[in-house]
Amino acid sequence: MLHILGWPALAAAMIALPHGLSFSQQEILVFLTINVLLVTSYRLLTLTGEWSLGHVVMMGVGAYASALYTKELGIFVPLSMLLGAVTAALIALILSFPLLRMKGFYFLIGSFAAGEIIRLLWKRFRNPFGGPKGIKKIDPMPDFDAGFYSFDFFEPVSYYYFALVVVGVSLWIMWRIERSPVGLTFHAVHWQDKLAEAAGVNVRAYRTRAFVIASGFAGLSGTLLAHYIGTINPNSFDVEMMVFVLTWAIVGGTATFYGPIIGCIVLTILNEIVLREMGFEQMRPLIYGLLLICSVLFLPKGLESVVQGLLARRKDSPASGEEKA
Amino acid sequence: MTVPFLETDGLTMRFGGLTAVDGLSFKVEQGAIHGLIGPNGAGKTTTFNMISGFYKPTAGQVRLRGEVISGLAMYQVARRGVVRTFQHSTLFAELTVLENALVGTHMNFRPSIFAAITGRDAENRRGARVRAEETLDFFGLLGHAHERAGDLPHGHQRALGLAVAMAAHPEVMLLDEPFTGMNPEETNRMMALMFKLRDSGVTILIVEHDMHAIMGLCDRITVMNFGRLLTEGVPREIRAHPDVIEAYLGGGRHVA
Repeated sequence: MLHILGWPALAAAMIALPHGLSFSQQEILVFLTINVLLVTSYRLLTLTGEWSLGHVVMMGVGAYASALYTKELGIFVPLSMLLGAVTAALIALILSFPLLRMKGFYFLIGSFAAGEIIRLLWKRFRNPFGGPKGIKKIDPMPDFDAGFYSFDFFEPVSYYYFALVVVGVSLWIMWRIERSPVGLTFHAVHWQDKLAEAAGVNVRAYRTRAFVIASGFAGLSGTLLAHYIGTINPNSFDVEMMVFVLTWAIVGGTATFYGPIIGCIVLTILNEIVLREMGFEQMRPLIYGLLLICSVLFLPKGLESVVQGLLARRKDSPASGEEKA
Repeated sequence: MTVPFLETDGLTMRFGGLTAVDGLSFKVEQGAIHGLIGPNGAGKTTTFNMISGFYKPTAGQVRLRGEVISGLAMYQVARRGVVRTFQHSTLFAELTVLENALVGTHMNFRPSIFAAITGRDAENRRGARVRAEETLDFFGLLGHAHERAGDLPHGHQRALGLAVAMAAHPEVMLLDEPFTGMNPEETNRMMALMFKLRDSGVTILIVEHDMHAIMGLCDRITVMNFGRLLTEGVPREIRAHPDVIEAYLGGGRHVA
């Protein structure tokens, strides 16, 4: 039952969702959708066991690339988004040569350094990156009349639907990759890279693949952001943002596909709705830090372990047994 | 002159000033179980690591059917049909038994990202699964297919280590001390598995301390001491060889 009705029901809920929200909440919903893509792409990278501190910068690479393609070359926006994602993937491919010589902690530090270098290049070169002020007046998505619905992409609801489709397709692709033999090989590389190599796995190539694909989707999330807010600067992609991504992933848990997504949604709701309403906005880094520590101490397997527990209990309960029969 | 199946030729490995293996040459016949033994520090494991591509030899060559395989990366050596196992229970402990075997099928059923997304790899996946299940069946592990590999008892974990290598369809299997930490019963069961492997056409090279297992198992034995070849022969000759006895038990010429 759940399998047949679950997806359409979820889709209907997602479509109906923005109509019950205020304008500012609708805007938050757009950012949330974009961040779900960002954090899911981050999980794809962690499948091979590598944690990067440069992932948000790869998002920025996509954003800058797409913004420049439309501004300087006049490329049609949806196409430039795809090109932005490809650019982020290519930059990741180049970076993989020095970075993936390292593993674990060294990779973490290396990715941070590489990310900072890219950010400094944006700051230093006014042309074409606009220096510290970044790029302004980025072309928006052109309006689009689909007959049944007229998309005006300055409206958060319209942009939310657009982002929802892009993110949905991206998540589906990443899900397919993870559930395939390729995903199994990623896991194998993570748990025992030497044994994987003895079985003929080109470990370096697989780590490169995960890094490039994850960066490509991060870049895609960056392009979604750039063409929505219309202005980006190097500080949009700084290490503070990276810490948020890490917090989502850690609080949510990275053992399942949905873990980081739950982390992202729960913390965004907490942050934007609870904290903002209560006027604690300024204390966000403090509260995030506290949450991170608490989740590591009391929920080391993340929020996903709570969901897994609930699902397991439902399976065990007699009610669902009857359903099956 | 026929080309030997697997041979090392003047294989040498130096770590700084220490020469761990010094000009070692020996040949392994196809379809044999070949033992590589020697006292601690004789350079067995170093030799093993050079053959499997884990180390790059300082000098000398390893050749498979005349093709030089030394100096290649481990996965490249594996793709030429020489697959190794590891000491202890090196497995993908977090994955299921079946998934472990599926990783072993990597070379024969190469995954592709694009086929995975579009769903055109169904045949490939089915083939890999059949191969993995056959291999698990061969080692008597099929009943445990969906258990977490890390939860298996010790003997089963060792057998699974062999299964992962076997799933790769190797011509040569390199076994690194497969009997370490096994009780006599487990050792006997493991020996039976190895005879079964050999009879299925796989050439086996074993590095091992356990003399009982080695003597009962091997068709030929190469003995090393201080990084050099000491002697070579069938188990009966090795057991009676004065140099071997001296190397293992110590003799007048080099009292510690």
